[in-house]
Amino acid sequence: MDLHKLRYTETHEWVDLNGKTARVGITDHAQKEISDVVFIELPKAGRALKAKESAMVVESVKAAFDIYAPVAGKVTRVNEDLRSKPELVNQSPYEKGWLFELEVDDPAQAQGLLTLEQYDGVKDKVGH
Amino acid sequence: MSASIFEKHSHNDGSWLPRPAGAETEVLACLPEALRRRTAPKLPTVSELDVVRHFTTLSQKNFCIDTNFYPLGSCTMKYNPKVLDAIAASTAFSQIHPYQDEEQVQGALKVLYEMQKLLSEITGMDEFTLQPAAGAHGEFCGLLITSAYHKSRGVTKRKVLIPDSAHGTNPASAALCGYEVVQIKTDVRGLVDRADLEAKLDDDVACLMMTNPSTLGLFEEEILEIARAVHAKGGLLYYDGANMNALVGICRPGDMGFDIVHLNLHKTFAVPHGSGGPGSGPVGVKKDLIPHLPRPRVLKKGGAYAFEKDAPASIGKLRTYYGNFGAVIRSYAYILALGAEGLEGIARNAILNANYLKEKLKDIFELPYPGPCMHEFVASARSQKAKGVRALDIAKRLLDHGVHAPTVYFPLIVEEAMMIEPTETESKETLDRFVEILRSIQQEIDQDPQKVLEAPHTTPVSRMDEVRAARQPDLRLR
Amino acid sequence: MQYVSNSPGTQEQILKAIGAGSFEDLIRNVPKSIRIGRLNIAEGLSELELVRALDETGAVNRNFKHFIPYLGGGCYDHYVPAVVDRLALRGEFITAYTPYQGEASQGTLQSIYEYQTAICELTGMDYSNASMYDGASSLAEAALLALRHTGRRRVILPASLHPEYAEVVRTYLSFVDCQIVTVPWKKGLTDPAEISRAVDADTAAVIVQQPNFFGLLEDAPALAAAAHQAGALLIACVNPVSLGVVAPPGEYGADIAVGEGQPLGNPVSYGGPHFGFFTVQEPLLRRMPGRICGRTVDKQGRTAYVLTLQAREQHIRREKATSNICTNQALCALKGAIYLSLLGPAGLRRLSLLNLDNAHRAFRRLTELPGVTPFSDGPFFNEFAVRIERDPVKLRHNLLKRRVLGPLSLERFYPDMKNTYLVAVTEKRTDSDLEQLCAAVEES
Repeated sequence: MDLHKLRYTETHEWVDLNGKTARVGITDHAQKEISDVVFIELPKAGRALKAKESAMVVESVKAAFDIYAPVAGKVTRVNEDLRSKPELVNQSPYEKGWLFELEVDDPAQAQGLLTLEQYDGVKDKVGH
Repeated sequence: MSASIFEKHSHNDGSWLPRPAGAETEVLACLPEALRRRTAPKLPTVSELDVVRHFTTLSQKNFCIDTNFYPLGSCTMKYNPKVLDAIAASTAFSQIHPYQDEEQVQGALKVLYEMQKLLSEITGMDEFTLQPAAGAHGEFCGLLITSAYHKSRGVTKRKVLIPDSAHGTNPASAALCGYEVVQIKTDVRGLVDRADLEAKLDDDVACLMMTNPSTLGLFEEEILEIARAVHAKGGLLYYDGANMNALVGICRPGDMGFDIVHLNLHKTFAVPHGSGGPGSGPVGVKKDLIPHLPRPRVLKKGGAYAFEKDAPASIGKLRTYYGNFGAVIRSYAYILALGAEGLEGIARNAILNANYLKEKLKDIFELPYPGPCMHEFVASARSQKAKGVRALDIAKRLLDHGVHAPTVYFPLIVEEAMMIEPTETESKETLDRFVEILRSIQQEIDQDPQKVLEAPHTTPVSRMDEVRAARQPDLRLR
Repeated sequence: MQYVSNSPGTQEQILKAIGAGSFEDLIRNVPKSIRIGRLNIAEGLSELELVRALDETGAVNRNFKHFIPYLGGGCYDHYVPAVVDRLALRGEFITAYTPYQGEASQGTLQSIYEYQTAICELTGMDYSNASMYDGASSLAEAALLALRHTGRRRVILPASLHPEYAEVVRTYLSFVDCQIVTVPWKKGLTDPAEISRAVDADTAAVIVQQPNFFGLLEDAPALAAAAHQAGALLIACVNPVSLGVVAPPGEYGADIAVGEGQPLGNPVSYGGPHFGFFTVQEPLLRRMPGRICGRTVDKQGRTAYVLTLQAREQHIRREKATSNICTNQALCALKGAIYLSLLGPAGLRRLSLLNLDNAHRAFRRLTELPGVTPFSDGPFFNEFAVRIERDPVKLRHNLLKRRVLGPLSLERFYPDMKNTYLVAVTEKRTDSDLEQLCAAVEES
C-alpha cells in the first residue's frame, strides 16, 4: 500500500478513494495506541453517515474507541473477516485490517483531508 | 488450579430434601406435556463434602479484608464488624416477608424509618429512600428525581455536568436518563475548574454531579460558590457519596447546598463488599424533592410505622420491595454502635491515616497535588515509568506482599495514577508496613526491575492473558 | 463502640509525623461556615448493648420460625441447607472486593464462572452475566437491551406480569423513546392470539413471565412464536426453582432470559438482598449488561479466570456503556451457585417435584372447602390464586390466630380483585401447616 496515496484525519482514520468508493481504516499509529484489538463493532451496510459521525467502535481490553466517518457517504461493505479476527487491525492496518467502504456523497470532500506529511506532523499531538 | 465443580464427580441423590409423597408420574400429571422440561440441566453431581471442600478451597484463593490490607482508593475497604452479619442473619430480620401486613413487621419498619432519619441527620438532608441496591442504582434514582423535579416545574433541561475526575457510573447513569453529558475540567489545584464550569453552566443544565472530596481526595473549597452558581441557573446539585467517609461528623452535603445525595452503605457504613455486592445506595433529598422519591417511603403515625400509601409524584419503583434490607440493617446497627462520637471518629481517623501515608510516601512517589488531603490521595508513578515500571506493575508486586493493589489509572486525569485510601480502621503499624513494602519495591525498581515487571509471583496465578479472554470468550463450560 | 485500631496516643503521633499542628490544619479547606458540632445522634453502644437493642426491635416481627408463611409474590420460603451460609459467609468471600485484581481473586472469579455455567444449564441459554440487583431490574435491563439491539420502539408487557416488575420496567424505560403496550389476561393467562395482534414491525420485544404473577404457566412456546413471527425478541422472566420440571426458556426459543434468584439459597430477608440472573443467546452477548467472568490462561499457561468483555461497562465506556451497573449482588449469586451445586440434577428434580406436589395438594384441599373456588383452571407450579368468599377482616384474624402468614390478598395490587388470594406453597409446607390454613378458612 502506497501510504502517500491515502488521505488521513486527525482522529487517525485513513481513506483510500477510488472514484466514488472510499475504503476506510485506522492508521498504524492508531492501532499501536489502541494496542491489542479484541472486538470490532462494524457498521450496518446501507447506513448513511455524515462526515465526522461515529461509525463504529474498536475495543481493546481496557478501552473502546469510536471510529469516525472521514467523509459523508453510505456504507456499502464491511470487512467481515474482522468479526472472527479483530487482530487483523493490528497486524495489517492498511491491507487486511480495513474496516468499511463508503459510497461517497461528494468525492471532493476527501481532498480536504490530511496528506501523509500533514498527518505525520500532527499525529502525536491529537488524541484519539 | 482447582478443577471446576462440574469436572468433579461423586454421589448426590438430593436426599437433604424429603422424598416427594406421590409417584413422579402422578405428580407430573398436572403439568401439560408441552410445558415440561425435556433435557435435564447438567448441574454438577457431587457430595456435600465435596461441595464444602470445593468452595472452601476457592475461598482460600481470595484476598479479603479479614486477611489483607486494601489501600483501594474510592472503595473504602474498611473493617466489617462481625456482629453486623449476625444481626442481619437473625431469624427476626431474615425470616420475614416483604408482603406481611405492616403490623406484623413493626421491627423491620422501625429499622427502615430510623435509618431514613439517621442518614438525613448525618448528611443534612430532609428525607431518604433506602430502595436503591447500589451506588449506581442510587445515581439513577437521583437523576430520575432531578428530571421529575424540573418537569413538575414545567421545564425541560437536557444537560448534566460532570467533572472529568468522576466515576464512570456518573455519565452512564446520566445517559440512562436521556441526558447529554458535559464534562467539566479539573484545574491545577485539583478542584473543579470554575472558569470552565462558568462557561458550561446555562439554563439547560439539569444538575451538576459532584464527588466531594473529589476522587483526588481534595475538598472542593469553593463548594458554596459553586452551589450558588448552579442554583442561580435553576439547576440542582447532586452529591455522589463515594467519598462520604471523609466527611462524617465534620460537615454535611446538605449544608453545602447539595439537593440530592446518594450514599454507598458498602463503603461508608461497613456493609461488607461481598466480592462485588450486595451493596446499598440510599438517596437523600431536600424538602422540595421529597414527593418524587421512589415508592414506598416508611412513615411514623402515632406510635406505629407504615408505608406511605399515596405518592402521585413519585418516580415509581427501581426494584421490587424496599431495598437491600439485609445491607441496610447492618449499617443501621453500625451507626447505633458508633453513636455520634464514633461517627466523628470515622472521618477523623480516615483523614489522619491518609495524610500519614501521603507524608511517608512523598519521597517515593510524585504527588501531583501536595498539601493535606482528606481520606485519600492520588500518587503518580510517573518517575517509576521513566525506569520502565508502571503503576500496574507496582500494584501487582504489592500482591506478593499480601497487600491489595491501590486503585490504579484512576482518576483518568493523573498519569500513572495510584489512588490510596487506607480507611480509619487500619493501625499505624499496618500503614508503616505498607510504606516499608513500597520502599522495598522502589529498590527493586532500581536494582531488579524484572522482579516487579513479572509480579505477582506468589498468588495462585500470575498475570493473565486478558486479550485471549476477550478475543475468544470462554464464559461457561459446555 | 469504635472500630479504629489506633489509640488516641497513636493518633497524636500520626498528627506529629504529618507535621500538622492540629487536626484542624488538615481540614482547613472545609469552610468554617459548614462545619458542624456534634451530630444529633445518641451515644454509641457496646456490642452487648447493640445486640440487646436489636433483639428487642426484632422481637416484634412475626417471623417464619413461629409462623407459617403462605406468602409468595416473587419471594419464597425455601429451605436453605446449612452449607450455603457456612461457605458464603466465610470472610474470604464476604469481605473480598470486586475481583478486578484477578490474581488476588481467583476464588471469586472461578465461582462466578461456575455460577454462569450453572445458570446457563438451568435456563438452557448460551451466556449468563455475574448477576444483577434483582429479578425486576434484570427484566427492565432486558427490555433496554432489546430496544437497543433491534432499533425498534415497542415493548409488549403481559398484564399477568408481577405488578412491581411492570412498574420497575416503566421506571427504567421512562426516558427511552418507546411505547409500552400492555396485553390483558384472560382467566389469568396471556392469549398468544392477542400477542400476535399486538406485535408489529416496530416491536422490539415480547415479555413473558413463567410462571406469571398468578402462579400460572403461560403457553410460552406459542408466545415465543408470536414474538418471533414479527421479528421481535422474546424475553422470558422465570422462576429458577420451577426449571427442574418446567421447560426452560432456552427450549422455547427465548432470546433473553432473566429472573429472581432469591429461591436459590437466599433468605427472604424482607425483600433483599437477593439477586437477578441475566442470560442471553449468543448474538446478544456483547450487549449484555453487568460483569462477566471468562476463562483464560496466565503467563505460565495455567488455567486462570478474569473479568472480561469489560469494554461494555461503565468504567470504560462511561456514557456509552450497556448499563450503569457496577456493584451487583455477588454474594447472593455465590449462594445461588453453592445451592445449585448442592442440588445437582437429582436434587433439582426433587425440589421441583416437591413444590409442584405440595402446591397441588394445597390447591385440592383448599378448593374442597365451601366458598373456595379456583381463580383459573390453568396449570401452575408452586403458587396459585383462589377466591375465598369470607369476610376478609375475620379471615385475617383467624389466619393469624392459627399462626399463618398470608396468603397474599390480590386486592393489594388490583382493587377489584376482592376476596382473591395468592397462595405460595414450597417444599417447606407440611400437611399440618395446610390443616392450619384450612382451619382458619373454615372458621371464618
